[in-house]
Amino acid sequence: MTGITRVSAKRNKIARMNVFDYLNYLFMLLILFLTLFPLYYCLIVSISDGSAVIRGDVVFSPKGFDLNAYKAVLDNPQILRSYGNTLLYTAVGTSINIFLTALCAYPLCRPHLKGRRIFNAIFLVTMFINGGTIPLYLQVKSLHLMDTIWAIVLPTGINTYNMIIMRTFFSSIPEDLHEAAEIDGASQFQTFVLVILPLSETILATLVLFYAVAHWNSYMPALLYLNSADKMPLQMTIRKMVVDSDIASMTTSSSSESLLSENKIKYAVVIISVLPMLVIYPFLQRYFVKGVMIGSVKG
Amino acid sequence: MVHMDLAQRQLPRSPSRFRWLKRDWQLYLMLLLPVTFYFLFKYIPMFGTIIAFKKYIPKKGMMKSPWVGFSNFQKFLSDPYFYKLVRNTLLINLYSLIFAFPSSIIFALLLNEMRHQKYRKLVQTVSYLPHFISTVVVCGLIINFLRTNGGLVNDLIVALGGNRISFMNEPQYFRTIYVLSEIWQHMGWDAIIYIAALTAIDPQLYEAAHVEGANRFQQMLNVTLPCIAPTVTTMLILRVGNLMNLGYEKILLLYSGATYETADVISTYVYRRGLLTADFSYGTAIGLFQAVIALILILSTNWLGKRISDTSLW
Repeated sequence: MTGITRVSAKRNKIARMNVFDYLNYLFMLLILFLTLFPLYYCLIVSISDGSAVIRGDVVFSPKGFDLNAYKAVLDNPQILRSYGNTLLYTAVGTSINIFLTALCAYPLCRPHLKGRRIFNAIFLVTMFINGGTIPLYLQVKSLHLMDTIWAIVLPTGINTYNMIIMRTFFSSIPEDLHEAAEIDGASQFQTFVLVILPLSETILATLVLFYAVAHWNSYMPALLYLNSADKMPLQMTIRKMVVDSDIASMTTSSSSESLLSENKIKYAVVIISVLPMLVIYPFLQRYFVKGVMIGSVKG
Repeated sequence: MVHMDLAQRQLPRSPSRFRWLKRDWQLYLMLLLPVTFYFLFKYIPMFGTIIAFKKYIPKKGMMKSPWVGFSNFQKFLSDPYFYKLVRNTLLINLYSLIFAFPSSIIFALLLNEMRHQKYRKLVQTVSYLPHFISTVVVCGLIINFLRTNGGLVNDLIVALGGNRISFMNEPQYFRTIYVLSEIWQHMGWDAIIYIAALTAIDPQLYEAAHVEGANRFQQMLNVTLPCIAPTVTTMLILRVGNLMNLGYEKILLLYSGATYETADVISTYVYRRGLLTADFSYGTAIGLFQAVIALILILSTNWLGKRISDTSLW
């Protein structure tokens, strides 16, 4: 936008645009709108004046300004508790994920490991064949994990697809480095921790994101394995409030305005739950893409 | 000292059969926990599917429950819901295959035609944002936008002079809602892999085509499409192989008794019958039935892919 050369270059490009290009840009504009509008709508409803929302005046821009919905949400102990639970599950779960995945991926990238093909096969088969919902449920039950954090974080310990991504990345590290470390007297553990892991920052970041987002968004394990209300993660609370419209769970006080602002509260909950994602997304989205790129190399 | 070690490693004193173990024991130790994980949460449940052939009695446990042969499977085949469940599973998947699958390819192609690098990056970045929004939130938005009172879509219909439609309670809308929301959630994300394939195309091919007098549409047809064909085939094999698999997470959130007719699929039925009414053996049998067909599907599509276009998953 600054400087004459840039402007003229732009003009050149525009000059070459034809009808197809304009339609294409219009189409992309539509995609942008359709993608962003639902979240934008949640935002403007949640901060608008309650009565304007009821009248249906709020469609494209906020009317009035009123943060009561957020106050109601933040005053709700159930939401706060489930938010805390989700933070805990995400932190513990992701740590376990990364630990196990790295432990699994590194040996598999060493070409001389005896039985490597068998290990690979044992792990990969589970991507196509699995016991299904009920046998896993019974197994979690028989391990006495029901209604504990471990039922949430352990059965999802390794995502085989993510493991392959990491293995592929490790394999791309030059063999010379392993040899150099060995010559310097490093054990295999030391090579892994002191040489390979520090070089794998990108892939670790990528997988931390993949796993953390999965934990943040997950609700099935909680639905299947948790009973206590005080252990429920955020997504279960959102389900209750936004999907099932369980209004009683929305406000603690029996204020008369609770009915009036039902929609506002729902959308405020949505905004609060996607906020962490929206905040980190612009900075970290390139890592997500990197993960897909590495993963698409045939493992 | 270090050099001594290395010398010893290279020239072992005794050419032992277990030299590999001595050299790599640390690697095997590292694999111990992952193997335990796979054993506990993948292989034992796999083995647990034997209760599909038993009458599982929780008190007796998995091993001591009596065998019943294939009676659970026979029960499913004669279940009044059987036809409906298989039909719904296949139809929802088929609609996704027809509409959602090409959408990401078309999106990638159109994105590739955008001339301004900056706008292209912007659209691309925004397009995969929905992939990271939880299914619960997406379903919550769908339900609230489509509600009859205070729902945005119905308000719009009324403003345009129409009548309110109870979208979530009418069976005929369910599949459309499902597939459209799939596209909203995953089109941009699924396009990444095609975009990667597109950027890998040698620009010389386009120049050559241009010299030959091919216009942009012809270039897309004769250069771009053949270049991304292997990627498309691989993704297609995966998709067709999964025709019988359908995640129940989203359907569980969107369906209701009123829409079972079109929305109830095998996996949701497994959840309702198997878990909610604790009919574990029957639920497992249904799940196994689905898994076996899915496996046959993926093996045969992979075989077909290999025969027809030399593309295969493994």
